[in-house]
Amino acid sequence: MQIREGGALPLLLLLAAGASLTAQEPAAGRAGRAQGRGEAAAVAGSKEDPAAVERGAKLYQTNCAGCHGVSARGGVGAPDLVRSSLVLDDEKGILIAPVLRNGRPDAGMPKPNLTEAEIGDVIAWLHVQTFAAGHRTTYAFKDVLTGDPKKGEAYFAATCAGCHSATGDLKGIGSRYDAFALQARWLQPRGGRGGGRGGRGGRGADAGAGAARGAETVTVTEASGRKISGTLDRIDDFSVSLHDASGEYHSFTREGDSPKVEVHDPLKAHTDLLAKYTDADIHNVTAYLVTLK
Amino acid sequence: MRNGCILVCAFLTLALSGAYAQGLTPAELLKPPADSWPTYNGDYSGRRFSSLTQINASNVQNLALAWATRFTAGGGGGRGGGVQIKSTPLLVNGILYFTSPNNVWAADARTGRELWHYQYPPNTGSTIGNRGVGIYGNWLFFESPDSNLVSLDARTGKVRWKVSIADPKLDYTSTVAPVVIGNHIVTGIGGDHLDNPGFIQSRDPETGALQWKWWTTPRKGEPGMDTWPDEYSASHGTGQAWIPGTYDPELNLYIVGTGNPNPVMAEKSRKGDNLYTCSIVALNPDTGKLVWYFQPSPHDVHDWDAVETPILFDGVIDGQKRKLVAQASRNGYFFVLDRLTGKRIVGTPFIDTVNWAKGYDAKGQPIGNPAKYPTTDGVLVSPASGGATNWQAPSYDPDTGLFYVGTSRSYSMYYLTDTDDHPEGWGGVDSSVGNEGNALLALDYHTGKPVWRHDWPSGGGVVNNLSTAGKLLFTSNGSNLIAFQAATGKILWHAGLMASPSAGPITYMLDGKQYVLTAAGDSLYAFTVNQPVQ
Repeated sequence: MQIREGGALPLLLLLAAGASLTAQEPAAGRAGRAQGRGEAAAVAGSKEDPAAVERGAKLYQTNCAGCHGVSARGGVGAPDLVRSSLVLDDEKGILIAPVLRNGRPDAGMPKPNLTEAEIGDVIAWLHVQTFAAGHRTTYAFKDVLTGDPKKGEAYFAATCAGCHSATGDLKGIGSRYDAFALQARWLQPRGGRGGGRGGRGGRGADAGAGAARGAETVTVTEASGRKISGTLDRIDDFSVSLHDASGEYHSFTREGDSPKVEVHDPLKAHTDLLAKYTDADIHNVTAYLVTLK
Repeated sequence: MRNGCILVCAFLTLALSGAYAQGLTPAELLKPPADSWPTYNGDYSGRRFSSLTQINASNVQNLALAWATRFTAGGGGGRGGGVQIKSTPLLVNGILYFTSPNNVWAADARTGRELWHYQYPPNTGSTIGNRGVGIYGNWLFFESPDSNLVSLDARTGKVRWKVSIADPKLDYTSTVAPVVIGNHIVTGIGGDHLDNPGFIQSRDPETGALQWKWWTTPRKGEPGMDTWPDEYSASHGTGQAWIPGTYDPELNLYIVGTGNPNPVMAEKSRKGDNLYTCSIVALNPDTGKLVWYFQPSPHDVHDWDAVETPILFDGVIDGQKRKLVAQASRNGYFFVLDRLTGKRIVGTPFIDTVNWAKGYDAKGQPIGNPAKYPTTDGVLVSPASGGATNWQAPSYDPDTGLFYVGTSRSYSMYYLTDTDDHPEGWGGVDSSVGNEGNALLALDYHTGKPVWRHDWPSGGGVVNNLSTAGKLLFTSNGSNLIAFQAATGKILWHAGLMASPSAGPITYMLDGKQYVLTAAGDSLYAFTVNQPVQ
């Protein structure tokens, strides 16, 4: 919730913020960039020594993967180590190291032939695996480019070309974003607000972003007939405020329909399309836009 | 009925044995006095409806601040340093009890003055939120972020004992306000990043000893196992119940919602309905045995916990008086069930953007469309993982017959990131791509359709509600606390606070005055209507 109400974090900052700690109030938030994710992010997050993790990965594959599986998620007769409470409860190898030193003959696990240093490396690698599974911000996106660029171009011509041009405002957009970020961005260009109208929380925290691209404008018509227009600063049921073209700030008390308030959202077309896209449309348009180098 | 008398009799015995002088007796929880708000929802029904009328639709425009108090955590509690009171305060004998993660406070309800503050020791548990305490006699019960159940003396804030209810290193975290039913302290837990088993526990109020533990997914040989591929996937299927449930003393049923199955968005290794995740379940609080269930989201893949408060009320369906339970579920559907059996009476989407289901199964549960399961290239689904609504309290007003809920018409792209044959953790993520608006809805329980709606001009629509016999509905938007005319949706009053109301508002009588109290960020605000001089 906090993230969704957060207002005007710059797009990239918000993307990097990623998902929250638990599922309870996940704040659908921007899921994150393709960059800064994956194995390197998990190693960094787990605070394990990258060199030890790299050695541990090789040692694991040679000594353990045959039974526990290449991803440590279990194999025939051998448990999943990522969900293992012994591995999850471990700190600095206190619990894992004895198992790696001695094996578990009673459970059918032979004694691995590892030095103390090698045991430390395998443990470092295991800690990275549990960290990675438990932290969404490290999850790496797979291939987003599954669409048909030709169909995407046709969809663009029919639906988007009224406002956008491949040789104008979108020229080179395929070079500026990776495919995932591009898909997120074109679906909802208003990045810092959790999308559409959902992000302001009625608090006006994003006044600083008032001039941002895609900002809403508002016209207030007073009882006298006087009209004042500008960039919307903040609105709720009880007040509305704006900055006019000269930068002057205006604030009004609202009582029901008085004064008359008309908000214009230049990105409304993007929001309105959400109910109309098929998933294929989305993938096709992304596949087309990445070709605009 | 069968167990009801036994329990009520036990309550009465407790009340008559002189326990009344000590704090709050469990018997009082059955019929809370007007000068109290003794449970998370005010009473067992979960309606968050008060019969008080001193503050009403004709004088609410005079509602004014009686006091406001800011509370500090001291030595490093709360994420980001700031206190966020997401707990519904309890009021017992003129004293308010409320929490934030790692912190419990007692304050004088007449003045807002802090009486004591308990700080839980530093730990690594998630501080995302805490819903408050439960009270039994003079004993308070509090769940810590690292999943200890802590009992405090309500008079002093001193620790009586603490017991571990789950291993925090397995990603459990605790936020629930424990529910006191007779001599049972019913707890719940959260955490769903590492496919940990989900459960509900009942503890002894004197010792903390375990009375029973109900796994939210079946174990070997139990009914429901056929909704999982195998015992292993079931035992790692999670389904945490992280919001306090409701209780029907006559039927002796504890009714509570459970959370999403795991791995959250990667469903390859858990084909089937995945009982009893994303379910409304009715348990016998004396034994922890399942009596019935209804599953709002069979085989969920979108993180739509069905934990939202299942509200109990009696209504009329086709001319028949019926015992009902209703939930506006995070997946966008509103359900009304028969409280005796769990059978569905009403089921319909309450936001019009829902696009993930293809009809209903034989029980009236939505059937998820596999085309809307998360994919590596993304699928567009409404609602977003945050849901059409979330943990924030709905309210049911028996005078209007309306169910009030804050809603969001949100969309996300849902991405599958874990394509392993044995996915783990979340296995995917969702990325918000917009919102067609947020609204307060007043639903007719007979149809699930709104009788009125209020579209918020900006965000923040999923918020807590309170209805009263004064023909009022209290809710909030942004940092405004707002009173609506409950029957019509007309705004009658508001006050701008220093932060957004962060927990359910409550109301109570004290010294002949009715108060409305809300938590907002690090502060409590108490409002009254000034009465004529006698």
